[in-house]
Amino acid sequence: MVNLFAMFLLTLLIITAVAIVRTKDLFVAVMLTGIFSLLMSANFFILDAADVALTEAAIGAGITTVLLLGALALTAERERPVSAPRWLPLVVVAITAVVMIYATFDKPRLGDPLAPVHQHVAPWYLEMTPVLIGIPNVVTAILGSFRGYDTLGELIVIFTACIGVLFLLGVPRGEGHQPPGNGAAPPDVALSHHLIPRVVGRLIFPFIVLFGLYVQFHGEFGPGGGFQGGAIIAAGIVLYTLLEGENSSFSAVPRWTLVAMAAGGAILYGAVGIAGMVMGGNFLNYSVLSNDPVLGQQMGILIIEAGVGITVCGALLTIFHVINAREHC
Amino acid sequence: MELFGLYHYWTFAVLLMIGFYAVIAKSNLVKKLIGLYIFQSAVFLLYITMDKVDGGTAPIIQDGVTGQVFSNPIPQVLILTAIVVGISTTALGLAIVIRIKEAYGTIEEHEVREMDHRVA
Amino acid sequence: MDFFDIISWILFTTGGAFVFIGGLGALRLPNFYTRLHAASLTDSIGTILIMTAIMFQAGWSLAAIKLITILGFLMLTSPTATYALANAALLSGMKPGKPEYDKEGY
Repeated sequence: MVNLFAMFLLTLLIITAVAIVRTKDLFVAVMLTGIFSLLMSANFFILDAADVALTEAAIGAGITTVLLLGALALTAERERPVSAPRWLPLVVVAITAVVMIYATFDKPRLGDPLAPVHQHVAPWYLEMTPVLIGIPNVVTAILGSFRGYDTLGELIVIFTACIGVLFLLGVPRGEGHQPPGNGAAPPDVALSHHLIPRVVGRLIFPFIVLFGLYVQFHGEFGPGGGFQGGAIIAAGIVLYTLLEGENSSFSAVPRWTLVAMAAGGAILYGAVGIAGMVMGGNFLNYSVLSNDPVLGQQMGILIIEAGVGITVCGALLTIFHVINAREHC
Repeated sequence: MELFGLYHYWTFAVLLMIGFYAVIAKSNLVKKLIGLYIFQSAVFLLYITMDKVDGGTAPIIQDGVTGQVFSNPIPQVLILTAIVVGISTTALGLAIVIRIKEAYGTIEEHEVREMDHRVA
Repeated sequence: MDFFDIISWILFTTGGAFVFIGGLGALRLPNFYTRLHAASLTDSIGTILIMTAIMFQAGWSLAAIKLITILGFLMLTSPTATYALANAALLSGMKPGKPEYDKEGY
């Protein structure tokens, strides 16, 4: 029965993707992208990937939709159709699709325990996680400890995206626009005549942040972790900014805090690694952080997940604020 | 359950090609970015499809429950990283599109190229 | 217990029927506001019935408490979203009460 439901969801995915490509209205395309992300997240959950489903729902359906809408407000709203015929891309795409579908007949059966991907390292990780690290969630153990280098690299990637967007859009526009003086703030664009969303938003905002913190710190016991927690808290603050206006949001979480958060999380991660070196082990070896190696691993994972959450929250909020503050040309 | 697994892989192939078609055939830059996002999501679907084991559950080891079959945790770790990297590139791409709009006044690729040819 | 099973299945079916009716209305009704009215069915009564059915399936455990919390959160935010949509449409000039089909899609 679950199989039928999964196949139904996959068909919905294809229909949504075709609708996204064919529609001429960009706003409709962005909304359908949010639906696409949510359907993909449901599919991930059916395939037993709980962590990935949570991340896709928080980041894909949440933050990506907000960023795309913010960019749409600054660019165009409709797509202009091209006059030239588009049969060459269609032919190339159709041939490649047929070749790939032909290749899928050689793949191992879905769920086969003897498939090559389930041999080698995966049983070792599943066996050794309770022994070496002692936390229930194997995905967090691999992400934080066994493959900690990759997570550090990924953190630097999202930090780079943040400073890249700051370079591109952070400087106010030049000729023709007189930027306001240093002390004056831009006019408040709060939704002042939307009373009900403001009341409800103020009511649920602390619960959103609380839930984000819960997801962040329960990453070791269930699905969760730094990325999801950081994205949820960022989404909560985005909601607050949309409802109350930019000035209120900046007086609550000022600009320097956001940049400090984006950089500080990555520094925290690197500091844990260097602390491991100072105490006698290799870089990012958490076992030497305390007398008991298992406790050292747990402490290390807790601190680096906190670093990851802080950086993800700071980076996503910086990108959102920069896009939000850009004046329409 | 051959059809079940094969249907996942066919969906991956079709979604990949739909996203790729949007990247190469559409002229609007934001549409291209959304097509790239669909492309990425299709790749995520492929990896997560490979991690399922018959009768398995999510890889969360609970105390006192032995003999439980778990699904493979490694593709999930890879895709967790990939999702965050995907949104980083999308955000950077959107920033570039906003700057293109401010510099050229349009975000249709053929019009941008025409303006470049006229100037050069 | 079988009794709880039967109740939960009745609630599932009724909730599913309401969601289906809401979806059908969102497709077939003529005006934007009437379609919004139909789509909000899934937000309110569909969610309540289906969540209550899942609670009966979960029994009296931590999962049931979490489900009650989720239901409370959804009850608070979904009607607000529907209100925000209707308010935005009204403020942007769409007039209620005229049964017409929009020209360029919905």
